[in-house]
Amino acid sequence: MNVTFTLQDQTSRTVEAEPGWKLMEVAVDNAIPGIDGDCGGEAACATCHVYVAPEWRDATGERTDLEQAMLASTFGVRENSRLSCQIETSEELDGLSVEVVGS
Amino acid sequence: MTTAMPRAATDLSPEQAEARERIYAAPLESLDPAKTDRFPTGEWQWVFERLRAEDPVHLTTEEHSEFGRYWSLTRWADIQAADTNHELFSADGLITLNRPEPVARTTSIFDGRELTEEEVQERQKAGIRSLLSMDPPDHEIHRGAVAEGVAPANLAALEPLIRERAGAILDGLPIGEEFDWVDKVSIELTAMTLATLFDYPQEKRRQLTYWSDVITTQAGPGQPAETQEEHDLAIRDFYMTMAELVGSRRSEEPRIDFMSLMAHSPHSVNFSEAELFGDSVVLLVGGNDTTRNTITGSVYFLSQNPEENAKLRANPKLIPSMVSETIRFQTPLTHMTRRTTQDVEIGGKVIPAGDRVVLWYVSGNRDDAKVQDADSYVIDRKNPRQHLSFGFGIHRCLGNKLAELQLRIIWEEMLVRFPEITVVGEPKRSHGHFVKGYDSMTVVIPRRN
Repeated sequence: MNVTFTLQDQTSRTVEAEPGWKLMEVAVDNAIPGIDGDCGGEAACATCHVYVAPEWRDATGERTDLEQAMLASTFGVRENSRLSCQIETSEELDGLSVEVVGS
Repeated sequence: MTTAMPRAATDLSPEQAEARERIYAAPLESLDPAKTDRFPTGEWQWVFERLRAEDPVHLTTEEHSEFGRYWSLTRWADIQAADTNHELFSADGLITLNRPEPVARTTSIFDGRELTEEEVQERQKAGIRSLLSMDPPDHEIHRGAVAEGVAPANLAALEPLIRERAGAILDGLPIGEEFDWVDKVSIELTAMTLATLFDYPQEKRRQLTYWSDVITTQAGPGQPAETQEEHDLAIRDFYMTMAELVGSRRSEEPRIDFMSLMAHSPHSVNFSEAELFGDSVVLLVGGNDTTRNTITGSVYFLSQNPEENAKLRANPKLIPSMVSETIRFQTPLTHMTRRTTQDVEIGGKVIPAGDRVVLWYVSGNRDDAKVQDADSYVIDRKNPRQHLSFGFGIHRCLGNKLAELQLRIIWEEMLVRFPEITVVGEPKRSHGHFVKGYDSMTVVIPRRN
């Protein structure tokens, strides 16, 4: 599957990903700037904040409770904000597009 | 039960080896990890080393501690689990293990007026309230009021200013003679940043650091405030100054300094004086000795580890990773405390509802189960950003990116100027078990590039 990250400088990078990984891990493995993943993927640091493209919001699901609490304490939060460690890659998400917020 | 003392992870001096043996020989239940004199000497390392192995969720009872009964979490996994569960582990109330106020006050420490009975009870229970010592939903209101002051876009605008100041500080340092790095560099840079964040007059910046130092210590000889009267006066001064700033900024155009943000938050008219004071203290202390002590720590650790120093000088791209490793290794705030809201099972023990629990970040950062060879300072680790020093969960350090920014910039500017910085003797370490840092550190810069 492929994922496209729109970076903070508004350029885009499309990378290949195996299904079953956290989107944050895909970003860190591909050195996507602005995604740090300091807590290791526990929704506990908000350093993997992304905006999910509108057409992908249903497919990527709902925020978890802790994710919701973390987003309430972080910067630049919008309706389509997610912590990318809480999105799991799958074939259904092939073509997923997200924007990196940075922290 | 006795357990054989394991081999020490790093080389120890004879005094250190003896101290470590003493700690391993003590009855387990008598161990009081909060004992303040173990922090300046470095003995804390072996207390936590032993607890992580033998009793990772450790109860210290009243008879063994001047801080009363409390639980210690010492392993990374348990600390992270507690830090991310704000429903079971409440931050409401005190978030450090410092002694409660010695005297129950009936007048306001802020402006001297008589307190209502309700306020007296609140003081006795919690001392102060701040964004750091609140649970949702109050927490989001208070954090949200000031967060923009350190938002990414505003930090980008700060970078050139910090770089210019760092360059000027470094250019003014003496060459070939001894000086105190803490005073001339670490305090100077972070005080300037702090004054900017509060939009406080730069020429009065050392007032901010003085207040911060007083607030994080007890009054006493050799301390920032020598007497209780001086201590109280400094606190009152700080509060009155902050209250005045917030008041005057209400009638001015909104800006992005902390006091203006607070003044223009729709909620802040309802903040109590204890809350306004608490939030101001957290912003002040959070931006002060944490970064200051990590700057000093970076110079000290690199001087102690010549191979790591050589790596950095050969490859300045390692600066960000060195910065993260220093933040882990220093752990400038050793702990936060929480209170259980119900009986909680953690690490195989049940902590009863209402007990105080200490999350020892300083111990979790040395947990070999999470960090390989955790007692060694290695600037090119695989995952240097994984450390507990900023905490996890909703109370995670608000200014963490600003801290990293200041550390990165000062090192970028140092590397182009000085081929070498020599630490003379041992630094003088701060007293106490909360702020882990340095009062002074003598260095010599032999020459410029």
